[in-house]
Amino acid sequence: MLEQISIFLENKPGRLAAVMDVLGKSGVDLRAFTIADTTDFGIVRIIAREPEKALTALKENDFTAAANKITGFTIPDHPGEMNKVIGILQEGGVEIEYSYSFMGSRPDEADIAIKTKNNEATEKLLKSKGIKIIE
Amino acid sequence: MNNEIYMPEIECAPREEMELLQSYRLCRQIRRVYDNVKPYREKMDAAGVKPEDIRSIKDLGKLPFTVKQDLRNNYPYGMFATPLSEVVRIHASSGTTGKQTVVGYTQKDIDIWSECAARALARVGGTKNDFVHVSYGYGLFTGGLGMHYGAEKLGATTIPASAGNSMRQIQMFQDFGSSIVCMTPSYAVSLIELMRENNISKDTLHLKSGLFGAEPWTEEMRREIEDGLGLKAYDIYGLSEISGPSVASECECQSGMHICEDHFIPEIIDPDTLEVLPAGQQGELVFTCITKEAFPLIRYRTRDIATLVYDKCECGRTLVRMLKPQGRTDDMLIIRGVNVFPSQIEAALLSVDNKATNYFLVVDRVNNLDTLEVQVELRGDLLGDNVRDVESYKQRLKHAIDSAIGVGVSIRLLEPKSLARSMGKATRVQDNRLIKNKFEKK
Repeated sequence: MLEQISIFLENKPGRLAAVMDVLGKSGVDLRAFTIADTTDFGIVRIIAREPEKALTALKENDFTAAANKITGFTIPDHPGEMNKVIGILQEGGVEIEYSYSFMGSRPDEADIAIKTKNNEATEKLLKSKGIKIIE
Repeated sequence: MNNEIYMPEIECAPREEMELLQSYRLCRQIRRVYDNVKPYREKMDAAGVKPEDIRSIKDLGKLPFTVKQDLRNNYPYGMFATPLSEVVRIHASSGTTGKQTVVGYTQKDIDIWSECAARALARVGGTKNDFVHVSYGYGLFTGGLGMHYGAEKLGATTIPASAGNSMRQIQMFQDFGSSIVCMTPSYAVSLIELMRENNISKDTLHLKSGLFGAEPWTEEMRREIEDGLGLKAYDIYGLSEISGPSVASECECQSGMHICEDHFIPEIIDPDTLEVLPAGQQGELVFTCITKEAFPLIRYRTRDIATLVYDKCECGRTLVRMLKPQGRTDDMLIIRGVNVFPSQIEAALLSVDNKATNYFLVVDRVNNLDTLEVQVELRGDLLGDNVRDVESYKQRLKHAIDSAIGVGVSIRLLEPKSLARSMGKATRVQDNRLIKNKFEKK
């Protein structure tokens, strides 16, 4: 299971820059980054190499941040590979709340993060079908 | 235009005569309340003031103040000065802060109140030839019945429309020939919008003037109402504790509201030091009822911030004028006519989430409608990774506050520590309506 950090931001100029500033100065290496936004606030989700360090740095700087678990898996960077995974999930009756992709460890692979209701069960399911889970 | 003055001998009396009348009535009233109302007797005894110490209005300052809490402590009838058998009417305040305030009137009290309301109608050109259309709510709220009796006293044809059923109100304006309306300014604006939506021209109405009160309004709204309904719009002030609408009201000069000071003596005090301030200075408005029988309040602190002007008005009246209330000394907000206390919002926030939450209120007026934004800092432990969860938290907060105060609010979630922490009493309210008001006056 991957550790993801979500950060609450008001929807106003300079807030994202402030987050990045804190993370950069603390030497946090980001692997993934995505924003879910509404008209007046947004939630930034990041995956960092050292989640603990990122979370501490954010909290020390008065951001509303929380750690949560998410499923990550690696697939070959070929057409149709993602479709295969989606098919497995659909067959298993698993609904995806959100998903994003991030920097793969190798150039011929892609790393994907998905959030479902029960990430443990999802990982089990994917593993049983031979999908490579990021632990 | 010079409107006929309803009671020129009073409304245009020289200052010395007015003070003599006030002094005479005050001394009698203090004797009465000392003898008949236990809370007043106790307060005066505690302050070492005897009724015989009050010989003229110059002695007013010796008397203790009365505050809203006194009324709550003596709920419902503990501050009445007559036997209940003499009381012919009861009214009550909206009571949004908990216990409502109950006030009572003898027949003479009703007569005097009606006379004050008749003066107010005459000040805006009302005569017995007018059709006075009362769209304030009828009931425990003093607005409807107060203006109703005033209109009848004046001899005008009174239309007791009450509030609501807006299309029918407009039709009554057209069919019955309503010439003077009494309603809240926000209701007037909503009628104007309805007329616009239905392509009803103001030329189909016969209105000449209107008395608009029970909530704060701006000069901008005055212009909009005057233009939208084709009338002259006047401000009227009152509070149920003192009697109801028409404690003070504007004349054709629209430059401050003449106080019926032969019945209600006004003072302006510094709300912190409680010192009486000289004329022309802004401070908390205090009233002493010198003719009321059933429920005579002595030096009652209204919490409204106002200024008194003693110069003779161009209309010929010498009655002291109060300039539009500039806010309140307590933290009460009036949002779309509803009394709202920040403490209610705080309680509602705590009901959703029982950890102390830091919040800030921003009041504004958008398209002539009051808006209230509640800003709340989002705590880290409430955050998941989902937008939906945050949205549903917002909805829960909104629902709790809306139902607690009876006014729809919008919620804005803030990052932690966005709100300034203050050492003493936190500043929790920013009322942009007041800022706009001040700006408009310049």
